[in-house]
Amino acid sequence: MVENSLKRTALFKTHTALGARMVGFGGWEMPVLYSGIAQEHLAVREAAGLFDISHMGEFLFDGSDALEFLNRMLTNDLGKLEPGSGQYSLLCQDNGGVIDDLYAYRLGQDRYLLIVNASRIEVDWMWIKAQRNTRHKVLQFEMTDCSDALSAMALQGPKAAGIIAGVFPAAAERLKNQIAEFDFAGAAAWVSRTGYTGEDGFELVVPNKHAAALWEQLLSLGQALGLVPAGLGARDTLRTEAGYSLYGHELTSDTTPIEAALGWAVALDKPDFIGREMLAAQKQDGVSRRCIGFKMTGKSAPPREQYKIFAADGTDREIGEVTSGTQSPSLGCGIGLGYVETAHTKPGTGIEIEIRNRRSPAQVVKRPIFRKPD
Amino acid sequence: MSDIPTDLNYASSHEWVSVEGDTAIIGISDHAQEELTELVFIELPEIGLKLTAGDPCAVVESVKTASDIYAPVSGQVIETNDALDTEPGTVNEDPYGDGWFFKVRLTDSSELGDLLSPEDYAMQIDM
Repeated sequence: MVENSLKRTALFKTHTALGARMVGFGGWEMPVLYSGIAQEHLAVREAAGLFDISHMGEFLFDGSDALEFLNRMLTNDLGKLEPGSGQYSLLCQDNGGVIDDLYAYRLGQDRYLLIVNASRIEVDWMWIKAQRNTRHKVLQFEMTDCSDALSAMALQGPKAAGIIAGVFPAAAERLKNQIAEFDFAGAAAWVSRTGYTGEDGFELVVPNKHAAALWEQLLSLGQALGLVPAGLGARDTLRTEAGYSLYGHELTSDTTPIEAALGWAVALDKPDFIGREMLAAQKQDGVSRRCIGFKMTGKSAPPREQYKIFAADGTDREIGEVTSGTQSPSLGCGIGLGYVETAHTKPGTGIEIEIRNRRSPAQVVKRPIFRKPD
Repeated sequence: MSDIPTDLNYASSHEWVSVEGDTAIIGISDHAQEELTELVFIELPEIGLKLTAGDPCAVVESVKTASDIYAPVSGQVIETNDALDTEPGTVNEDPYGDGWFFKVRLTDSSELGDLLSPEDYAMQIDM
């Protein structure tokens, strides 16, 4: 069985004790659901959910040249960050193709933390090391892959701030994208006001041996407010509703951030970085295909990745492909993300999704695909 | 612990069959609905469709995936449970009752002998 070769996070026993259904994901045995995907999804939208994200990677960079090096590796401008804040960014190849998307934090004057996708830890690390060793040997900094030593969890939902205040009172005062270090049982815990669900929330990083205790504390504090444990199934439906990209779907080495509609995370007004030439050209000249969000407009089965997209303009041309799709628990209809020819990317454009050899009508929509009424 | 009614027969692909004369009612087992988790969409066969045992004949979609349902016996589709159009979750709540999928007029009742008994099905799903 494949089971034995899957890695387990420090919260594995916690999940099984909660009755989680475990699945293999990116080489890890992770909880896909506890009580049900739609239930957990709606709980995050209305109260709060707690996710194990320990499978993700953490890289630390320390030194006076860390900023210069990372700003050459990443598309967004780290130079804009004050200590205690972070930004979404992308790691690209010379041709602009995406190696990974990630969050980059400035922890201190010369100290940076990257949080990367679980499935890309090895690739990212090897790329960064290779760049350091070939092009940037003279730069002064240390780099450490702390992924195996650290666990992480995400507390997401409108009630998250109230819940985290019970463990780290000052965390609830941090603003979006800010990060701070707190003491947890004598160890350092990094807490950022970030997330992947479209709700307010926090992501917490602690050494492995403190993960279970932190999880239990948050869960018991939050239960009365409606906090539930939430799995990767709900994490995916939430991020799709929020219109967020997932590496391996909307982002691959064959897509650029400009095609992915992530040009806002590409800073052309900073010193040269890997991929700059291609991305500048694409920003200037435009691209032939672009990532869009869409909603099914008739009654249909949910759209799924790799389903083909056709024009609804009478030409019946194949114009693209779905990269992520699901039934939206919040909207009760199929939603998805995909790439289509640029002429068909304007919100409101009708398109057709081919589902099991039949065409179903859909419409290009702005992202987020779902936003709660104020 | 999955429910396996003793008055039904089963296919190894987790469909159940209830026979009334030359008509068979078909659905999916409690074990199947548990594995699939909450269903959000069900595509039933067209009335009049002639099925051969083993043919994929319906599709169920959960939040995460689509799964094929296979005809456990050969026959012509004579009725479908259209209530599942608006309430696919009925299959999760009542897989052997209101969650039935469709009815066929049997074309070869000897095929019923190829189905699994409740005991054999229980063994297959390892209870």
